[in-house]
Amino acid sequence: MAKITAGVTTSHVPAIGAALDNGKSNEEYWKPVFAGYDFSKKWIAEQKPDVVILVYNDHASAFSLDLVPTFALGCGEKYKPADEGWGPRPVPDVFCHQELASHIAQSVITDDFDLTIVNTMDVDHGLTVPLSLMFGQPEAWPCKVIPLAVNVVLFPPPSGQRCYDLGKALRKAVESFDEDLNVQIWGTGGMSHQLQGPRAGLINQEFDNNFLDKFIDDAESLAKIPHLDYVREAGSEGIELVMWLIMRGALNEKVIEKHRFYHVPASNTAVGHLILENK
Amino acid sequence: MAIAKPYADIPGTIIFDADMARIGFHINQFALSLMKAENRERFKADERSYLDEWAMTEDQKQAVLDRDYNKMMSLGGNVYFLAKIFSTDGLSFQVAAASMTGMSQQEYAQMMLDGGRSPDGNRYLHEQKGKI
Ligand SMILES: [Fe+2]
Repeated sequence: MAKITAGVTTSHVPAIGAALDNGKSNEEYWKPVFAGYDFSKKWIAEQKPDVVILVYNDHASAFSLDLVPTFALGCGEKYKPADEGWGPRPVPDVFCHQELASHIAQSVITDDFDLTIVNTMDVDHGLTVPLSLMFGQPEAWPCKVIPLAVNVVLFPPPSGQRCYDLGKALRKAVESFDEDLNVQIWGTGGMSHQLQGPRAGLINQEFDNNFLDKFIDDAESLAKIPHLDYVREAGSEGIELVMWLIMRGALNEKVIEKHRFYHVPASNTAVGHLILENK
Repeated sequence: MAIAKPYADIPGTIIFDADMARIGFHINQFALSLMKAENRERFKADERSYLDEWAMTEDQKQAVLDRDYNKMMSLGGNVYFLAKIFSTDGLSFQVAAASMTGMSQQEYAQMMLDGGRSPDGNRYLHEQKGKI
């Protein structure tokens, strides 16, 4: 049987990808950011997941205003890094576990979550930066990836509760898949940041640290945070944190915190990162 | 009945909701066209004529030519779409964000190094009275 064994949350700041791609990861500014992932790289080399369900958001790269799906599950064979205006990141293509992805789609939609299925799209920094942070710069990604894109660009995104509940449906779906697979779920984005307007640069360390604390054993209360609170307290782009709740919902109620990292700033953003294993 | 927009009282912030997406449809689609290298070249060669290929308002076109990101957003642009414009210019998110705050690039970068903009005094419009 397939099983979700662990979860990872991490910010997916585009400048982190650019720093790595341009050989700047040893510069004073970036060193502490990458150091926060040293443990994570060792940990994942030992864990060897077969598949990562990677919850992220597209930043107007694959989805223009032609089409804005709230939850879009990648079921296609492979996904290329997107050209976001400065050429595609020099990172490997992402290969999907198609059998598990289509199984998840059928299970989750049957459980009342009306997913959109995406077979063809490019994946932007939201998906590729977390892979780089966890795996470094390999020739090929060492596992299959099932992209789950969540709309957080066109307001309103799905609620925290809806995301948390979708996580639970994902766990049920994975656990009913026959093949023996070590599956991880990653929730990406956040933490506090605002990229727009005169209020750009907003960071709320108190909000973020409270979120990290409660994320371990009181995620139910985080799921009730309304959109307005995210925007007001954690910045207009801080609302990406609802995606973390999908990851948390997919894990057991009791989890072990293996790693926690928080750093300000990476460009405009507070970087948060957790590794949780199912108890 | 109109949908409540409680986020309207957050200072210095434009929420890209369905109304803004309607107003900004063409400026955002224009910005996304810059994800193709050949379109970036054409835009750089003659910005005005490239913009004229899009059903944007004159205000929207002028805001793009001026690289006035706050103006673009007030006219329906969304920052992730508009990012394709400053990426085409070779500018980072931090440089672009700084330009929206009225701070210099150095001041903004220093503010981020010092822990970012505090939410205190920046949660509600009424807290901003007397400030610019
Ligand atoms: Fe993001």
